[in-house]
Formats: sequence, C-alpha cells, structure tokens
Amino acid sequence: MKWDGGTLATLAGYFALMSLFAIGGANSAVPEMHRLAVEVKHWMTDQQFTDTFALAQVIPGPNMIIVTLIGYHVAGIAGACVTTLAMCGPTCLLAFIIGRAIDRFSDAPWQAVLHAGLVPVSLGLIASSAAVVARAADHNWVTVGISVASVVVFYWTRLHPLWVFAAAALIGLAGLT
Amino acid sequence: MEQAPPPKPTLADLFVAFAKVSLSGFGGVLAWARRAMVEERGWLTPEEFNEVYAVCTMLPGANIVNFSVVFGSRVRGPLGALAALAGLILPPVVLVIVFAMLYARFGDVPALRHMLTAVAAAAAGLIAATVAKMAGPLFDSRFPAAPLPALAAFLAIGVLQWSLPLVLVILVPASLALAFAQKLWVRQ
Repeated sequence: MKWDGGTLATLAGYFALMSLFAIGGANSAVPEMHRLAVEVKHWMTDQQFTDTFALAQVIPGPNMIIVTLIGYHVAGIAGACVTTLAMCGPTCLLAFIIGRAIDRFSDAPWQAVLHAGLVPVSLGLIASSAAVVARAADHNWVTVGISVASVVVFYWTRLHPLWVFAAAALIGLAGLT
Repeated sequence: MEQAPPPKPTLADLFVAFAKVSLSGFGGVLAWARRAMVEERGWLTPEEFNEVYAVCTMLPGANIVNFSVVFGSRVRGPLGALAALAGLILPPVVLVIVFAMLYARFGDVPALRHMLTAVAAAAAGLIAATVAKMAGPLFDSRFPAAPLPALAAFLAIGVLQWSLPLVLVILVPASLALAFAQKLWVRQ
C-alpha cells in the first residue's frame, strides 16, 4: 500500500477530472475507472476491479461509493477520502451553481435540446459499464448464465435487485462460478 | 381544505433525511430519495421532484449527489447543501471503509471471490436491463439517427476502451447537434 503524497495527488487529479465527464451518473465513469485503475496505472487486477464493483453494489449508499473502495485499495483510508472528495467536489460545486441558475431558466428551449443530446451518450456509457464488468466477471458459462438471467429478470419484472444478487451470491457460494 | 405547507427542513433534518435515504437505498438510491422527499416528508411535490431530478441528470457526477446539493441549497442555502451532502456521503463512506478493510483481509478467500464474481455478473445484467428500458424512447421512426450517439459511445468506451474525456469532447457536441437537427426535422 502506497501512502505517499504523490499517489494521493494522482488519485485526486484523476478522479476530479473523471467526475466532470460522468454524464448521466457515476456508472458512466465505470469504464474509465477500469481503464485507469487496471490498464493504465495497474493499481488493481481485473478480478479485484470486478470484486470492487460488486461490493459497491451490495453496500448501501449511492453507486459512486465505488470510488471510495478504489481509493482505499490504492492508498488506505487517506486514499478513500481523497477519491470520494475528488469525485464529489467539482460536480457538487457545479450542481450548486447551476441549481441556483436553473430557477430562472427552467423553461428555456435549449434545456430540452441539452437533455435530448446528453441522454443517448449517457446510455451508451452506462451500457459500456455493463460490458466492462461483464467482460471481467463472465469467465465461464455459469457467470454468463447469471448475467443473461439477470437481464431477463430485470427487464421483464420489477423484482428488487437484492433478491437477484442474493441468488447470485448463493450460486457463487456453492462454488459453481 | 388546503393543507398547510410542511415546515422548512432544518440543517439537522436535511442531514438525517439524506443519511436515511443513503443507507436504505441499496443498488442506487433514487427510488428511496423520492419516497422520503415526496411521500413521507412532503418537502417536494411530485412535479418539483421530477424537475429537480431532471436538472441533476444533466449535470456530471452521481445524480443523487447532485440532487442533495441542489435540494439542500434551495431550502437552506450553501449550508443546506453541505448538510444534505454530508448526510448522503458520510454514513456510506464509513461503511465502505469497514467493508474495504474486511475485503483487504478476506478478499483472497475463494468462497468470497466466487460470491462477488457472481454478484458482479448479476449487477452487469441489471445495468444492461436498465439501459434497455431507458433506450426505448430513443427509437423514433421519424428520426432513425437518434440512437447513433448511444451506439458510438458504447463502441468507443465499452468495446474499444478509449479515454473518456477524449471521446466525450467529440461525441457530446455531435450529439447535441444531432438533437438540435432532430428538433428541427421532427417539427416539419
């Protein structure tokens, strides 16, 4: 585990920048987190990234807590605090400023165009995060089956995710994955 | 008879409300935020909630984090934004650090490994299904080009794994131009 200031500054810089490109939610930035943490910086293995992603799903809280887990993995508690603040700071400042301004512009026609332009891009990014995680997690027919079954269940029913995650965990516990 | 508007939440109210939302909301907290703000506390009407939330989805970063800042600042100014944000972030961060310590210690246990891999596989399916549901309105027979930016983003980021800032600098303006073109085209 690295505790030096250089690593913390690197984490802060990367996650602050990344947060500004996470359009449509924290999951949009998951592929970029994977690219940086696994491919570019080699902070974690593919398997560790997948585990981290799964943990972020089962711990109560917003999905963005995946950055807290990555920060902890790289540089302990200091790292966890740095990545969390970096992921929230710039976007919260922006939300604060825009949130105040928007009161005055709420019916502006450009807002509809902005929305129509950003939604497809964010959908493509969120789909990418599913692809990145599936690529790492689906390493045999059982895990591929879990992913496919999960798509079917969530697309056609309103079942609470907890049930599906619990079922998947049991299959894992049984050693089938 | 008209109901009196609910009293304006204090800083402590904001912190507690968002902490509860955060800890009860598992796998994304939007549904819980709506329940707490609209149904239980009556701080927002359903229309106001949708309006604030729509703004938050257009901003970068976690939607619910933006929501806490926008809502907190509307009712109590900068301190309100901080109180709501702290309520949303602090409890899960403490929890996450506990889990991360456990993972650092037990992450190599094969049973845990298998369970997490299986949950990740299911979570990938959940996300894919959510995207599939949300993508429905993109398909407009009058303007078949509408889903192109989504496909381009998926190809560049999900398949080719290019750098996110690089892709967005090109794709966002292109997508906005396309949305503008769609608006003009469909109106004809």
